Amino acid sequence: MKYALDFTWLWDSMGALASGAAVTLLLIACTTVFGLIISILGAAARRGRSVWLRKLVGAYVEIIRNTPFLVQLFFIFFGLPSIGVRLDPMVAAILAMTLNMAAYTIEVVGAGLDAVPRGQREAATALGMRPRLAFIKVVLPQALAIIYPALTSQIIIMMLESAVVSQISVRELAQEADLLQARTFRSFETYLVVTFIYLGLSAAVRRGMILFGRRTLGAAVK
Amino acid sequence: MIEFTLWDILRNLLFATRWTVLLSAAAFAGGAIVGIAILFARISPAKWARRFGSGYIALFQGTPLLMQLFLMFFGLPMLGLRIEPWTAAVCGLTFYASAYLAEIWRAGVEALPRGQSEAASSLGLHRLQELRLVILPQAFTITRAPVVGFLVQLIKSTALASILGFEELLKTANAINNATFEPFKVYGLVAIIFFLLCYPLTQYARMLEGKAAFR
Repeated sequence: MKYALDFTWLWDSMGALASGAAVTLLLIACTTVFGLIISILGAAARRGRSVWLRKLVGAYVEIIRNTPFLVQLFFIFFGLPSIGVRLDPMVAAILAMTLNMAAYTIEVVGAGLDAVPRGQREAATALGMRPRLAFIKVVLPQALAIIYPALTSQIIIMMLESAVVSQISVRELAQEADLLQARTFRSFETYLVVTFIYLGLSAAVRRGMILFGRRTLGAAVK
Repeated sequence: MIEFTLWDILRNLLFATRWTVLLSAAAFAGGAIVGIAILFARISPAKWARRFGSGYIALFQGTPLLMQLFLMFFGLPMLGLRIEPWTAAVCGLTFYASAYLAEIWRAGVEALPRGQSEAASSLGLHRLQELRLVILPQAFTITRAPVVGFLVQLIKSTALASILGFEELLKTANAINNATFEPFKVYGLVAIIFFLLCYPLTQYARMLEGKAAFR
């Protein structure tokens, strides 16, 4: 028996696929913002004075890095309700993705902060900036420019990994694919199309990040 | 509802861990073999082979592993192969691993000084001998740390095989959870088991990295 590929279902499904892709982009956008904030705090804690805090952040990084994302997701979505924390699938997905990505970006952000010469902060303080302002206006943008390529890769890896949040029925791209193939019985074609949409999304996110970086952080971004 | 003691749960999970380990080993071995083929294409003098190699790597690194697994699961039967979750998982993870390993080793090959390959050709070795005797052994040695690091990633990735219905650690955990309704305990234990598998390897990779930095 010869199997004939059939893509006629595709035209009616464009809307569903587009909304799935939009949810995927929304998930990764939220994750990037929250993940960066946690990474900056985590990197600061790792360099801070409190031994306990340093150890705590270190343990968090090791635990997340050495367990699968899918298990973390199930633990948060199915496990936490039994101790009274009930989360909406979307919130659970963003929480799991944020915690996962931050464990990787804490080190990246930390390395970026270390790479900014001390003189930059000293000069900013000498100009009369408060330490916090000097950090936000002077040190952080330079650190982000240095780590920008690594950060972009991490964001794309996380976006691809976010396909598994379909398992807790978040209506993102992979979940739309599951629903479509259940309706059309064209599993292979559906996953083929969706795989290429993901490929397009990773290329688009990479380009978009470069454009955004050039605009906000200057020409140093490659 | 069935009563499960902690020991019952743990015992079942540990039995299932065997499949996680086996799947990781099979995918790593398969990935290494296919990865060497892709590496050859990637560093070949022929332009079309290099293009193919980098396209292959970009394809597998730019799409979700879950989609790759689904494509294996639904695609291989179209070629007339009877397929079970185990085969689909091994094939999918093999191709996934091959792309990453080829890329790691390519970086290793490119990090070697040019003189190595020039010296090899001046000794009269032809291309294959040069790769086998001079280039690859050195490239494999200097990339040991990232390869072990990738093995950790691969072990974690085997959890996705549960979605295809392969009875590894996480799938077993789902089944136990459906019977006991103790997700906190069950998924907590799964996380601990994965941690115990991965953490020593992470430490080993770190040690190798430290060694490489000193050399």
